[in-house]
Parts: sequence; structure tokens; C-alpha cells
Amino acid sequence: MWLLLKNGRIIDPSQGLDKVADLLIMDGKVSKIGKVNAKKLDNNGVAYDVSGLVVTPGLIDMHVHLREPGQEHKETIETAALAAAAGGFTTIVGMPNTLPAIDNRAMVEYVLNKGMSAAVNVLTTGAATKANEGKEMAEIGDMVNAGAVAVSDDAFPVQSADLMRMVMEYSRMFDVPVVVHCEDKSMTHDAVMNEGIVCSILGLRPWPRQAEEIMIARNIMLAELAKCKLHIQHITTAAGVELVRSAKAKGLNVTAETCPQYFSLTDEALNEYDSNAKCCPPLRTQADVDAIKQGLADGTIDVIATDHAPHAIEEKEVEIPYAPFGMIGLETALPLVITNLVKPGVLSLADAIAKLTEAPAKALGLKSGRLTEGSIADITVIDPEASVKVNASQMKSMARNTPFDGAELIGKTVATIVGGTVVYGADSLNTI
Amino acid sequence: MADGVTKVMDEDEIRRALRRIAHEIIERNKGAQNLVIIGVQSRGVPMAKRLADLISQIEGTDITVGSLNVALYRDDYATRSARTISATEISFDVTDKRVILVDEVLFTGRTTRAAMDAIMDLGRPSVIQLAVLIDRGHKELPIRADYVGKNLPTSTKEIVEVHWVETKGEDAVMIAK
Amino acid sequence: MKLKRKDILGLQDMSTEEIRLILDTAISHKGIISRPVKKVPILKGKSVCTLFYENSTRTRTSFEYAAKIMSADTTSISVAGSAITKGESFKDTLLTLEALGVDLFVIRHAAGGASHFAAKTVKSHVINAGDGMHEHPTQGLLDMLTILENKGKIEGLKVLIVGDIMHSRVARSNLWGLSKMGAEVRLCGPSTLLPAEVEKLPVKVFENLDEAIEGVDVVNVLRIQLERMDRGFFPSNREYAELFGVNKARLLRAKSDVTIMHPGPMNRGVEITADVADADFSVITDQVTNGLAVRMALLYLLLGGGGHVASA
Repeated sequence: MWLLLKNGRIIDPSQGLDKVADLLIMDGKVSKIGKVNAKKLDNNGVAYDVSGLVVTPGLIDMHVHLREPGQEHKETIETAALAAAAGGFTTIVGMPNTLPAIDNRAMVEYVLNKGMSAAVNVLTTGAATKANEGKEMAEIGDMVNAGAVAVSDDAFPVQSADLMRMVMEYSRMFDVPVVVHCEDKSMTHDAVMNEGIVCSILGLRPWPRQAEEIMIARNIMLAELAKCKLHIQHITTAAGVELVRSAKAKGLNVTAETCPQYFSLTDEALNEYDSNAKCCPPLRTQADVDAIKQGLADGTIDVIATDHAPHAIEEKEVEIPYAPFGMIGLETALPLVITNLVKPGVLSLADAIAKLTEAPAKALGLKSGRLTEGSIADITVIDPEASVKVNASQMKSMARNTPFDGAELIGKTVATIVGGTVVYGADSLNTI
Repeated sequence: MADGVTKVMDEDEIRRALRRIAHEIIERNKGAQNLVIIGVQSRGVPMAKRLADLISQIEGTDITVGSLNVALYRDDYATRSARTISATEISFDVTDKRVILVDEVLFTGRTTRAAMDAIMDLGRPSVIQLAVLIDRGHKELPIRADYVGKNLPTSTKEIVEVHWVETKGEDAVMIAK
Repeated sequence: MKLKRKDILGLQDMSTEEIRLILDTAISHKGIISRPVKKVPILKGKSVCTLFYENSTRTRTSFEYAAKIMSADTTSISVAGSAITKGESFKDTLLTLEALGVDLFVIRHAAGGASHFAAKTVKSHVINAGDGMHEHPTQGLLDMLTILENKGKIEGLKVLIVGDIMHSRVARSNLWGLSKMGAEVRLCGPSTLLPAEVEKLPVKVFENLDEAIEGVDVVNVLRIQLERMDRGFFPSNREYAELFGVNKARLLRAKSDVTIMHPGPMNRGVEITADVADADFSVITDQVTNGLAVRMALLYLLLGGGGHVASA
């Protein structure tokens, strides 16, 4: 069983590879990159002409809200995986804020088992505290042994510094990163959007940047104390980028991520009270967008993740203070990266791919995110020049909550291959 | 004068018509006792003032004049005109008064209906009479004028315009196709 | 002249021409309020619904009287509690009422942007009667009408708004309207009750009332909303009254013909002393009457007077 991608531009940042070549997949693994003559292969396979297209390691999204179990009206593992495949992601990592929380072995196994039959690889984090209550540490060791790839307090940031220190010190034993959502909740009571002039005019409750930055600083200090791996989620502010920059300069084991919305939009997106632009942390200002881009360019921000946060239509179609935070992102991430980072020259295509493949793999200690011979054939085929118009109603996600509906973007996922099987876009590939 | 525009009354004819109407009003009301004159805004107002002046001269007594905004009483506000609204100026009680309602052109009768309702909301006059300079026909309501300057048969497509010295620099009635 | 909009959501996006049209219309309608027969038939057959998600007696009553004077039919709906509590969604409530034939909604809501939401949801007209901390456009208009009546103009005046600026939709509507009409707007309040980046608004900002009040023509005193003071923005009412209370001694620094306004209801002894509230230069009851005139004007312009062409 083989699959051949002929004549694509193969970009694998993990090995500094960027050349036009053929890529042969045998029995679900990368077999050869170079010149491959299809006529010498047996009949049990198919060859596609991907000339003009880019072939990359399958994209990895280390920040996804699967909503299953408990909130299957928003999204399921199955639909999240379909959305991921459509967006070029071959691996997604679920956050532990499900109902009930992913805070023990049984819950980790539930997600991983459900994920077995999904279109892409589904991994999960484990909750830092029991029931995400921020009171008692969860059974981190048991969850890691069951397959959890990280420990996270996403959506329910641990407010007690002492408890967070315990979580970090304890996690160090299992060599998993502590993935943190940075928010001082005492400053964000009922907050809707970034504190600033736009918020002041709209008369909504402010979410000050300092609420995020204080916790980034705290978590960096605690990680230094605990000597753990720290991953900071969805950085949105200029000062946040600076905190990570100086932590890295000190040699701390810190990685950081941002999401496409934070380099694509500002708080002005809330001007018409669009609840789909309400996310947490909130959209900031142009100066922050510029700093995020700078942080991406100089390597301070390692990872681009989506914080894919599906919500049902009726949950978002309410007065904006009552709408839940978050937007879906799996199916818009790649075109937003190409349109807003690659085309303006903030990142080269290879560097952008790195932040979607090699970097998240490294942050989580995964073997995927590379195209070396013998590696699992998780592959994304991209047309970086195609124009696309975002159409939320056609998305594979169950949810429609995106502020990018109708946006004209550049860059598109042509096909997504997981373990050597084309899980998305088989029809749009040209068979030779 | 633009094409298709004809002058149907000149300054002298208007003066004579107003003088005749003033006399008719005095005659019918047996003097100027309890008489008040109310012009329908905006174009009935100059004519109301002229009539008041004439009656004052003839009878040697002051005649009270008011102006009435009927915009809030119209039945056709969704489809028709309203210039910038100015407030009704009637600084007297209309109850038991003999009200002479003045408008320049009587057409469908709808403005007059609105004006009568507006006056009734201000009080209970003993009588309301209607004076117009032009009666052009095409009434849609059972309303007729008590005093008419000139009957002018028109088609509904024609436009009748009354010019007053006070607003347009001359007294004239024009008809445009 | 006509109002080319479906909804009145705020004064921020309103032109000076629109504001003038509304004020002129309000002035011409005001006489009706003092007539023996306080009713004109213009909006006969129109249906106005006041939909209030926050308690408010005066604003709701004012809108209802305005509608009734114009002969519209009115329905009042109070929704206790917030939309988070179980029950019909705001969207469904709006669509249901629209299906019942409501031509115009008057909406008061604790959530900023609720009127925008309503305006997008229904084809009927929407007037914002206060949305959270965002805007209260009819209050802004009635305050301008009151200033215009008392001073004969707005342009060139110095108008001070003092109090809880952060939470005040009245302050926001006033500052947009007044600055568009050419007044100098001064804001003064405790530093903890000024919104973020307030200096980017078209205003002068003060944290000291004695400095702020110097030479002003009008002082608009905001209500301290005790229910919003949960976070401890200032230590006590006593200290607030001492630092930001408007009293006769402080008013000596203002112009000698200063006018005092307050959107009500007042906390006498906190933001305003009783002798100031009851002084002859206080026009607080005029504001109430002008509120009625402004609301009549808006109902007329949205439901009745719009779409006019020159008369034959």
C-alpha cells in the first residue's frame, strides 16, 4: 500500500528541508523524499501530482476545545477532528475543561478512545486541579501514564500561587509541560473586552491587559522555582511577549503560543458588539498585534495554536455580556497565518509552518511534526496562493462562531493525510 | 416665466378677491365680534394676516390672528409632505369664538379636515368657517369653502402655486402642468 | 428634512443635522404638553412597546406618555432578572413582540449593546432607552434641549459632567452630543470612576471638582449608583460628598448664571446638596418635561414624519 505525492514543494522545518521533490508513503509511513518513479511501484497505490503545491508535516494544534464529553451540542470529538482535517491539522490536543473535567485516568482514556475513530490524531491534556476548581491537585501522574500529553488549567486559571507551584513541581516528575491560561480573575470580573478606549466607548466591562501579564510573570517565576516545563497559552499583549522574551533570555524552559485572532484582529472588531469577536483573553490593540508579530518573527512566540472554542448559535446570539468567550479556529488558522504573517513578510512560509508543526511537537514532546523517512505519514498539502472566502455555514465544525465569516483570505488546505490515508481533499488532488 | 407655467391671478385680482372675502366675512358674521382668524401653516398664514388687516380697517377693531400646524393631524404623513415643523401659534382660547380658517388652496380637503381636528383639540369654537383663495376641485371629503377667491378647474396633474409678496416678492397665482 | 435611520441607538454616530432636527421638532411639539387636550392623532394605529430589562420608572413613564400623546398604542413589558436566568431569550422575546405588530421598541437593558442587538434582530424601529454603561441617547438629547432653552445656544458653552463617569451612559451620550454641537465638555469624577483612556474622548478631564467647575455655564450632576459600587471605587458616601458633591460654595467658582442639571433620581446629600437641587438655577424638572418633548419628537420622526416629500 503506497501513496505518492509527485513534484511538490516539500517544506519540513525540523530538518531545514525546502525543495521540490516527490514524497512516497509506504504502509502509512514516510518512505522516501526525492525522485520516485511511480512505474516501478506495484499496483496497490495511487500517485498524485502536487506540482505547485506545498507539502508539509501535518499541522498540530495544541489548543482545542473538543467539548466532548458534556457539551456535544457545541462540538464532538468526531466533528472537531473533521474540522481539523479540513483545516490541515493532523493532530489536535484537547483542553481539560469538559463536563466533567478531564481530571483523571478514566476521562483521559475516554477522550483517547473516542479519538481512535476520529479523522485525525486526538490527544488530550489533563486538568491541573480536580474538577478544574483550582483547589486540589488532580491525579497528574495517573493521567500522564494514561496518555495525557500535558497538564493544563485552561479556562480555569489556578489563582493560588502556592497550588500552581505544587502543580509545576509535581509535573516535573513526569516530564510534561504545564500549559497555562494566564488570567488574574480578581481583575476580570464580568469582563467582556480589552480595557481601553474602544471598551470605554462601548460601555462594556473591561478585561485589563495586566490581568494577563501579572499571571504570565507569576507563572514564569513559579516555573523557574519549580524547574518545570512551562507553556504559556494564547499570549495577546506586548508586555506579555516581553515577559516571555526575558524568560527565554534567562534560559528558562518556557514556550509560548499565540492564536491567529491575536495577530489578525484588534478590539475594534467588537465595535458592532459582535459576540463572535468576544474571546478570552480578549482581542487587544494594534500595538499589541504588532508586538505579537514581532514576537513570532524573533522566535519569542514558538507556537501558533487556535484555541478552537466552539459554541452553539443560540449561546452566542445573545446580549454580548452574556455570550460565552471564544471562537472556532481550526478551519481558518492556515489562511490567516498565510494572509497576515507570510504574505506581509512577518514570517517565511517555512517559519510559519514550523510554528504549526515542529514547535508544538517539541513543546509537547511529540514524535510527529516532521517528514523524516520512517516517520508516521501525517502530511498536509497546501496551496499558499489560493484565494479563499471564509464561509462559516460550510464549515465541518458544528459551530459557526467565527468573526472571520466572509473574510477574503489567501492560502488553503488542499489535502490532509493522516497515517498515510487521505482524510480530507482526496477529490481535489490530481491523480496521475 | 418657465414653459408650461401660466399666471391665473395677478396682484390686482388677488387684492380684489381678498377685499370681497373680507366684506363677505363681516356680512355673514354680522360684524367682527368674537371673530378670530387662523391660517394653516405655512402658506395660509400670509393670507390670514391680510384678511385680518382688511377686516380691522373696515370695522375699526383689532382682529386676532393665529397660525396652525396640522402636521400632527394629517392622515397621509407616511406618503406626503412636511416642511420643517414650526409650532402652532394660537395664544388665545378658541372656545366660543367664530373661527375663520384660512388656507390658500382647497384641493382634496384633507388639510382642512386635519385643521378642524387640530382646532377642536384646542377648544370648542362656536363656529368654524373656511376661506380659501383658490378652490381647484377634486375634493375627497365632504368639505366646501365658505369664502372663495376664485374657482379654478384643474386637472390633478397640475400644480397650483400661490405667491405672496411676504414670501415670494409678488402676489400671483400660478398654474403649472 | 427627515431622519434617515431606522433606530436611535446612540449619539456617537449621529450628525449635528440630525440632532438639530430632533431638537427643533421637540421644541415644536413641546406646546402640546401644556394644552388642555394633550393628544394629537398622528400616530393613531402605531404600536409602541417599552421593553425594560432594568427597573426605571421615569424613563419608561416618559416614553409611554410621549406615545400616548401622539395617539400610539403602548405595551409595557418588564423582564425581571437578567437573560442569564432561565427563560425566553432576548432574541425570541423581540421576534415574538414584532410578530404581534410592534412598530417601535423602546429598550432598556443592563447589557451594553443590547439595543444594537435588538436593531439587528427586528425590522421594527428601536430606541435605546439606556444600554448598560453605553448610551442613553434620549437623556443626552433632553439635556441638550434643556441647555438650549436656558442658554439660547449650546456652541461655546462650558458644560461640566461630574460623578461616576465610568458607569454612566448619560455621561457618554452627553459628551458625544454636546461636543458635536460645539460645547466644551468637562468630565470630573474620582480617578477610580473615570473610564480607561478617557483622555482620548473629546473632553477635558478633571479629578478635582473645584478646578473643573471654574467658569462653567452648566453642571450636569450624575447619580452615584450605589448598586454599582460593589468594587469599592471610593471609601464612603461621606468622603464622596466632601470631594465631589455639588454645593453652593463650590458653585461660586462657576459662571454667575450657572445652570444645574441632574438626570435623576437624586441622592440628596451625596452628589448634590438639597439647596442646590431646589435652587432656582436648577432645571431638573424642566429636564423631565423636555424628556417628554424629545421622546415625542423621536416617535414622530421615526414613525410619522419620516419619508416626507415636497407637497403638491
